[in-house]
Amino acid sequence: MAKLTFAGGIHPYDGKDLSKDKPIKEVLPKGDLIYPLSQHIGAPAQPIVKKGDKVLTGQKIAEAGGFVSAPIYASVSGTVKAIEPRRVVTGDNVMSIVIENDGLYQEVEWKKVPPFETLTREEKISLIREAGIVGMGGAGFPTAVKLSPRKPEKIEYVIVNCAECEPYLTSDYRKMLEEPEKLIGGLKVSLSLFENARGILAVEDNKPDCIEKLKKLTQDESRITVKALKTKYPQGSERQLIYATTGRAIHSAMLPADAGCVVNNVDTVIAIYNAVICGRPLLYRIVTVTGDAVADPRNFRVRIGTNYHELIEEAGGFKQPPVKIVSGGPMMGFGIFDLDVPTTKTSSALLCLTRDEVSAMEPGPCINCGKCVEACPGRVVPRKLADYAEHYDEEAFLKNNGMECCECGCCSFVCPAKRPLTQVIKSMRKMQLAKKKK
Amino acid sequence: MSDLMKVSSNPHIRSRVTTSNIMLAVVIALLPAAGFGIYNFGLDALILILITVATTVLTEYLYELAMHKKVTVGDFSAVVTGLLLALNLPSSAPWWIGVIGGVFAILVVKMLFGGLGQNFMNPALGARCFLLISYTSIMCNFDCDAYTGATPLASLKAGESVNLLNMVIGKTGGTIGETSMIAIVIGACFLILLGIIDLKISGSYLVAFAVFLILFGGHGFDPVFLSAHLAGGGLMLGAFFMATDYVTRPVTKKGQYVYGVILGILTGIFRLFGPSAEGVSYAIILGNLLVPLIEKATMPRPFGKGGEKA
Repeated sequence: MAKLTFAGGIHPYDGKDLSKDKPIKEVLPKGDLIYPLSQHIGAPAQPIVKKGDKVLTGQKIAEAGGFVSAPIYASVSGTVKAIEPRRVVTGDNVMSIVIENDGLYQEVEWKKVPPFETLTREEKISLIREAGIVGMGGAGFPTAVKLSPRKPEKIEYVIVNCAECEPYLTSDYRKMLEEPEKLIGGLKVSLSLFENARGILAVEDNKPDCIEKLKKLTQDESRITVKALKTKYPQGSERQLIYATTGRAIHSAMLPADAGCVVNNVDTVIAIYNAVICGRPLLYRIVTVTGDAVADPRNFRVRIGTNYHELIEEAGGFKQPPVKIVSGGPMMGFGIFDLDVPTTKTSSALLCLTRDEVSAMEPGPCINCGKCVEACPGRVVPRKLADYAEHYDEEAFLKNNGMECCECGCCSFVCPAKRPLTQVIKSMRKMQLAKKKK
Repeated sequence: MSDLMKVSSNPHIRSRVTTSNIMLAVVIALLPAAGFGIYNFGLDALILILITVATTVLTEYLYELAMHKKVTVGDFSAVVTGLLLALNLPSSAPWWIGVIGGVFAILVVKMLFGGLGQNFMNPALGARCFLLISYTSIMCNFDCDAYTGATPLASLKAGESVNLLNMVIGKTGGTIGETSMIAIVIGACFLILLGIIDLKISGSYLVAFAVFLILFGGHGFDPVFLSAHLAGGGLMLGAFFMATDYVTRPVTKKGQYVYGVILGILTGIFRLFGPSAEGVSYAIILGNLLVPLIEKATMPRPFGKGGEKA
């Protein structure tokens, strides 16, 4: 069988060995927990608690602020200490609910959910919406909205993104090994929403153990197939993944639903399982704490809102002083200047490196080598787009498909002149998107 | 942990390949051709190579010093230019030809247009063409201790027979680095294996040239005539080391095929119908001038807008 893949892409050092063989460990937070009201795409959530209120684990503390939005739940019991702007990984100050942890972890009385078979489509989607689930791969798009396309009968594929193509990240890998039943259960829930759809578990072939395990568990499921993808970054990029698994290509202005697809990440699908089958809201996520600066790199089951400092402590602290800390993977994560930020629904990893390759290499002039063109999965010409962006030539930027860039970072990675191609293209795209909104 | 961390936009990792790695690899890839040239033409060739390379590097250094710019001679690009230019000179040329050519290549063609990456024409070839026009008799004098008389291509043009085996090995008259097809191809294979060049340009160039010869060469499909033309003159050196020059070739994939075909046709026209037996240098610098046009016409369609292929 031909390998499932796409044109372009890169093969960086993957660093997954650091953390992949250690089981997921639970972290109990000690300090305050911080819940930014915007940890998803769409309208910020509206707080429904006030300073001084007592809250229990699993209690809703903020209501969705609109259709494209998501509620937020307390992941510990304690007292609301403040509702004020706090810094998040992007460096922005975002209005947040701060909860002082009482260390008791008292839970609310969980609502019983009726058996899944008796639920209607609307009831299932409303459970998912109420659980506060958003795309946990990084984008943070509210999952209930994604699962409600205009024509659900037109959806032919429900794809679970198990590629985990970002170097160093192993959280999806561990979940597939440790909780494959929940993953498959979540996929079955999603499939029940789309009568004409088939389920695809798309795994990169550098995880043969996961592929084998999932294949074994799904051998009697006629609607579910496990597909092995060629290991290559950015295989887990939504558009590339749809192409590799179904042969359908969509451009930046199209939605996966336009190609009859719905794509969800592993953690999201497990959250769907927890919401619809167990009636639990989104309280936890798995975070990979890794990098050569960390004493004991591994994956943690983290209560959302936990301070990054505590994750580093759990991982044994630093064995060498870090020079760069990235929230997320090295290709698309955010560089953070300080650890004092909370884990959110979209925090996939905390990567601590003893060397910053970006500042270690000074950019030189472009020699037109074309490596960025070869690597670009969006098939644009990064070298030219970067040129237009640097000169703020909007017309040329748009005409040469600047908006088709997915900011995956391949061009900056391969550039022998070490030019920050992704960065300048990304800035220009942001400006253009902001203009469009006006 | 009070120190602030370094921050930057994504991605936070970079590949190991750098501009100077690439340039150094090109220098290494040119060594077989240079080595054979020295073996073939003797000490004169070695001295000319050294003088030319020293001139290009020194010119770049002094220019950057004088203009208070960052000194960039460490990126080996000036070495590549000097070496390529020297390999395009006849071994009988006096030392000052190397100096004039080197200064012209770096100062006029490269630095005045903004330095590395900004020149619209291959500096080594620009300088060679400048020398060819200004010092025609010196540049076309291929008599030396080892060989006298016409180069194989000139003999071919005059309708005489040539020794094909000697042409492939390189035991003929010509410029220092162009004679040995074998040495050039060894260097080219090294670059192809490292992924620094590929066959998109070189392949389409050679194929287009061969087809042009078959159609218009007056010999039909004559393997000896074809092979002699492919092995002769600066074609191999041009196709693998100068047409593939990053800065002056199209960056789009389709554009690279188009560019190769244009070079093949131009070389054929110059060789068959021009007054000189040679045509590679002029074909490539003319091709260089067409690059912006070719790129404009061959911008790829982005992912999701048609033409998908895994």
